[in-house]
Amino acid sequence: MLLEMAAGGFGDRIAVGSLDDGLTVKQIFEKSGAAAKRFRDSNVENVAMIDITSPALPICLFGASWAGLPFVPLNYRLNNQEIDVLLERISPSIALMQTETQERISLTSNTHAITRDDLLGVIEMEEMPTDWNMDGEDTAILLFTSGTTGEPKAAVLRQRHLVSYILGSVEFMSAGEEEAALISVPPYHIAGIAATLSNLYAGRRVVQLPEFDAKKWVDLVRSESITSAMVVPTMLSRVVDHLLSEGSDSAGLPTLRAISYGGGKMPQPTIEAALELLPNTNFVNAYGLTETSSTVSLLGPEEHREAFASDDEQVRRRISSVGKPLPSIEVSIRDENGSELSPNESGEIWVRGEQVSGEYKGMEITLTEEGWFPTNDGGWLDGEGYLFVTGRIDDVIVKGGQNISPGEIEEVLLRHPSVADAAAIGVPDQQWGEKIAAAVVLHTGTEVDEKELKDSVKNVLRSNRTPDEIVFLNELPYNETGKLLRRVLKENLVDLGDGSTV
Amino acid sequence: MALLKAGGRWSSSVCDTEVIVVKGPENEVSLTCGGVEMVEAGGDPVSGELDDSGDGTQLGKRYVDEEDTIEVLCTKPGSGSLGVDGNALELKDAKPLPASD
Repeated sequence: MLLEMAAGGFGDRIAVGSLDDGLTVKQIFEKSGAAAKRFRDSNVENVAMIDITSPALPICLFGASWAGLPFVPLNYRLNNQEIDVLLERISPSIALMQTETQERISLTSNTHAITRDDLLGVIEMEEMPTDWNMDGEDTAILLFTSGTTGEPKAAVLRQRHLVSYILGSVEFMSAGEEEAALISVPPYHIAGIAATLSNLYAGRRVVQLPEFDAKKWVDLVRSESITSAMVVPTMLSRVVDHLLSEGSDSAGLPTLRAISYGGGKMPQPTIEAALELLPNTNFVNAYGLTETSSTVSLLGPEEHREAFASDDEQVRRRISSVGKPLPSIEVSIRDENGSELSPNESGEIWVRGEQVSGEYKGMEITLTEEGWFPTNDGGWLDGEGYLFVTGRIDDVIVKGGQNISPGEIEEVLLRHPSVADAAAIGVPDQQWGEKIAAAVVLHTGTEVDEKELKDSVKNVLRSNRTPDEIVFLNELPYNETGKLLRRVLKENLVDLGDGSTV
Repeated sequence: MALLKAGGRWSSSVCDTEVIVVKGPENEVSLTCGGVEMVEAGGDPVSGELDDSGDGTQLGKRYVDEEDTIEVLCTKPGSGSLGVDGNALELKDAKPLPASD
């Protein structure tokens, strides 16, 4: 439906790629139709993608929907065995992958491989089916979440969830013809899917950067006259470093009107540096989960500037908030028993709205009877309704019966001029149940002792928030989409504890 | 008269217009296009004469009633204008959110 509208409204606009050789909306429409036919004729149950982002992404995504089949983008960085297991779970399937991938995994007869060139070229010859599958209950996307324990769960997003998200957050053809968005998140990240859909519906050209690299990103913004981009925090921090390394000769990024960021906690120094380096760029902080079809809350450009310029601590701290819920979304903060909490009280973030799925394949639906999805993210609302996210509830440190959010400790540590990155983790402790270990990465060439760092926290937060141990590391473990791997860190730091509790 | 459920798709009986319901009222209403009752997508058109005196419908635009109890989105444009229970639906002012992805 969304693609059909776009093709009817602005079919000649370039949808993906460069202005001179990109694919138009109409071409995407036709190729998706041909792909839909190929997918249907293969008698499969799923359309998978084990590949970097490319113009084949929208064709796979829309082609699968057209054929009434779920689109299942898999993480192409997984090892052979992990991919085999996931392919087994979604078989029979047709799967977009390059020949290198076909050679490294054990392809069974239940997986039909198709390459990028196949999908983009050969199937041009096939005829389009005329019937769009229009059932809102159809599964549009299956996304395997990066689960921390056991088998990965497959989040189910139905057509009605994605359509609600787009209709609730994007205005049709609202982009000017000169606008172009740079996408550097992979297809298996919900933001990669959401960006493909929302930019197409807005009529905005998309330029894809398959594997993020700060220099390539900056070069593309300049050569393609990019006007907006979505990044995860680690990407922005590398872009900031790259721009700083260009020194006073830097050409800046004059075409870039907007950067949206999300997918993890943005260190305050990074966003403040970015605001200073790019004074003409609007910043949007978006908060959302796979299970909520991407964004549910956002902090807009004006709110960024207001917070950045304010002397009022209540207003200034909003720069680390995720703003206010979308008009089509409700947010509520609940305690362990599910009772609603007042503003400024910390609890679990619950969300409700048409775009919220909260469903995993083969599992009971996780929505409450009233339609609320408990996110497992901790957070609170301020008096004005700004939402602050403190982190996964599973990551909360329980020290002497007190719940301590790692986020607040990390934020203070990151304000120290020598600290480049920091993570607070609970490690087992006989006396307190858990104690606080902080892993700290220093900027190259700087030195600071443990006591100074502990004092920096003690001066700002309650004394039970002071890290008991500080460990200096060269880097923290992140996955490729910028999520801190706390579990890995915890395993490495567990020796700091006395091992008495688990 | 019909119950307009969010996500429901309706076609004009007398022009090319198609809409999807974004927000529906609680009670049954009569949704018309070009003065003639619309039908659920795929259903048989109702016979009637097209009144094309209005502005027609525009692709991708949202239409609302005065009380803001109903909102539909035009997924295919046509020459008939939309109405509910005899009152014309109005073009809704777009207030786009900043792009977040």
